[in-house]
Amino acid sequence: MTVQALEIEALHKNFGRVPIIRGVDLAIAAGERHAVIGPNGAGKSTLFHLISGRFAPSSGHIRLHGADITGHAPYEINRRGLARSFQVTNIFPRLSVFENVRCAAMWAMGYRTSLWRAVDGLADLTARTEEVLEQINLIDRRDLPAGVLSYAEQRALEIGITIVGGGDVVLLDEPTAGMSRSETEHAVALIRKVTEGRTLVMVEHDMGVVFDLADRISVLVYGQIIASDTPERVRANPAVQEAYLGTAVAAPS
Amino acid sequence: MSAVAQTGVRRTGRGGALAGVWVVAAALFAVLPYVFSSGTGLTTMSLMAIMIIFALSYNMLLGQTGMLSFGHAVYYGLGGFLVVHAMNGITAAHLPVPLAVLPLVGGVAGLVFGVIFGSVSTRRGGTAFAMISLGLGELVGASALILRDFFGGEDGITTNRTKLLHVAGFNFGPQLQVYYLIAFWCLVCMMAMYALTRTPFGRICNAVRDNPERAAFIGYNTQSVRFIAFCLAGLFAGIAGGLTAINFEIMNAANVGAAPSGIVLLMTYIGGVGNFAGPVIGAVLITFLQVMLSDATEIWQLYLGILFIVMVSFAPGGIAGLIAMHAPVWRARLLHRLVPAYALALALGLVTFAGAALALEMAYRLSAGSEGGTAFRFLHVPLDAASAAPWSLAVLLAVPGFVAFRRVLPIVGNAWAATLAEARRGRGR
Repeated sequence: MTVQALEIEALHKNFGRVPIIRGVDLAIAAGERHAVIGPNGAGKSTLFHLISGRFAPSSGHIRLHGADITGHAPYEINRRGLARSFQVTNIFPRLSVFENVRCAAMWAMGYRTSLWRAVDGLADLTARTEEVLEQINLIDRRDLPAGVLSYAEQRALEIGITIVGGGDVVLLDEPTAGMSRSETEHAVALIRKVTEGRTLVMVEHDMGVVFDLADRISVLVYGQIIASDTPERVRANPAVQEAYLGTAVAAPS
Repeated sequence: MSAVAQTGVRRTGRGGALAGVWVVAAALFAVLPYVFSSGTGLTTMSLMAIMIIFALSYNMLLGQTGMLSFGHAVYYGLGGFLVVHAMNGITAAHLPVPLAVLPLVGGVAGLVFGVIFGSVSTRRGGTAFAMISLGLGELVGASALILRDFFGGEDGITTNRTKLLHVAGFNFGPQLQVYYLIAFWCLVCMMAMYALTRTPFGRICNAVRDNPERAAFIGYNTQSVRFIAFCLAGLFAGIAGGLTAINFEIMNAANVGAAPSGIVLLMTYIGGVGNFAGPVIGAVLITFLQVMLSDATEIWQLYLGILFIVMVSFAPGGIAGLIAMHAPVWRARLLHRLVPAYALALALGLVTFAGAALALEMAYRLSAGSEGGTAFRFLHVPLDAASAAPWSLAVLLAVPGFVAFRRVLPIVGNAWAATLAEARRGRGR
């Protein structure tokens, strides 16, 4: 049996006495593009926080490429190859756009907290940073402080920071939230491009984006996954229609 | 490809300019004693150079990594004490060690105590770090008064810098020789601390300062980044402390206490935390004010406090921030447009300040704590604080001065906005 890129087993998370994640099982194969959908308050972001180490689960297991990462610190999980973005833009506002991306590449490229090397002299680091700046279309903004970018540009930078480090499992938390139609189209193309050859897990509210990008979809309702399948079968699933998609899918089709 | 090539060109250009800056700094250090050759001049400049190291080390925490420490003098003071003891031990044992390397002992001491105390205080950032640094500062400050053998109590521990091995005829008796020793270490430390800001470590410090949470999700253990920054800041503070020990040939409990911890915060902040040059400017300016003001008035610390409050309130970027703000206007050669408005505001500000200072000085004279009666000199004019005339003068200067100053502020603001807009338009063309 092949090792899954990400494997979640009987995951629970309570905040105080309130259960938020109530037994999630999920297996995502390497190279898969997987979307997690569900109504507000279903626990999608919490699930991401558990996987990425921001919260420790109450019980259950999370495995990354077969290695148990349950309860590990975020930086340990990141070093094992999982990178994530945030629903609310989470960048380094006073650093330049270039510096934002470069800092995110440093650990993965082996420079870590080196005290001996001049960072501007590291040609491979500069090249990798510029490559990603080209991909996310921010090369012209490289010397601006990230805090002054437009919202859509900051969302693109958020993705750049997430993917530059070479994490092969990428978690994107609502990458198109708050974007206009054209910005969303641009973002989808960008996501498709930069996650090529990687495993992608994304939370997304925009059904157009979900059905456009995802190989498989999991539907999270009240902390439990009620369906996990291809877009067509999820769309056709009566339980999903009843619990969540019902009108949302019927309306456009 | 072309972008990479461009970066290469820009990098070489920047490197050349940077080397130029260090050459100018070295030349300044070399020449200044001939410009300010008086005894006061030499001791003041020696002190400034020490404080530059101390303030830059503090800014590795505050400006670079976003750690507000209230106890940085611990590493400075302990470095100084270790150097005093090392000097006395070397002298007693007749070891062949030259004085010039002794600051390293201070640096190692600062580093070791940085490792010990940092392992406790850097586990958390933000307010928790600030509170623990305050607690550790109090702890060491109190210990300094209790552990008399090591710290010498309030009298302190003395040493003699001339008793160590003389190399090439330098006995470090004259202040000029000590000045050059301090200047050498200051230049080395400045270059080292600047180089550190240009390493991957220096960059990730900035990232941790800006957004520690995000730094964790790009693979960095923020706790260990803070810890390394803290240890290195301790190292350089220890060197500054060691130079202080050599400069004054005495260390006492006050050197590890709250006062130097506060002064270094003041210097760094007034100079500007957002710019490498900020702490340098702050160290030079505040040391100068300390020397000059303490000669002129007994309540000089009050003025320093007022300056600090004014800067925090109106120029949070410090002096370096103000200078950087004017860079586009300077490049567009439009700085002269601002001169009239600035001169007017400055003149009115000085009038207001003169009135306020006069009132403060008289209040101090009249207060029970001051000795020597109510007669005093203000700007070389003999006055009597018990008479009505100087009080009237103070009010006549301060109140209309302040009202007029407030009126002029919008004019300054408008002049600034207009000039900046024009500078930006000019660059666009």
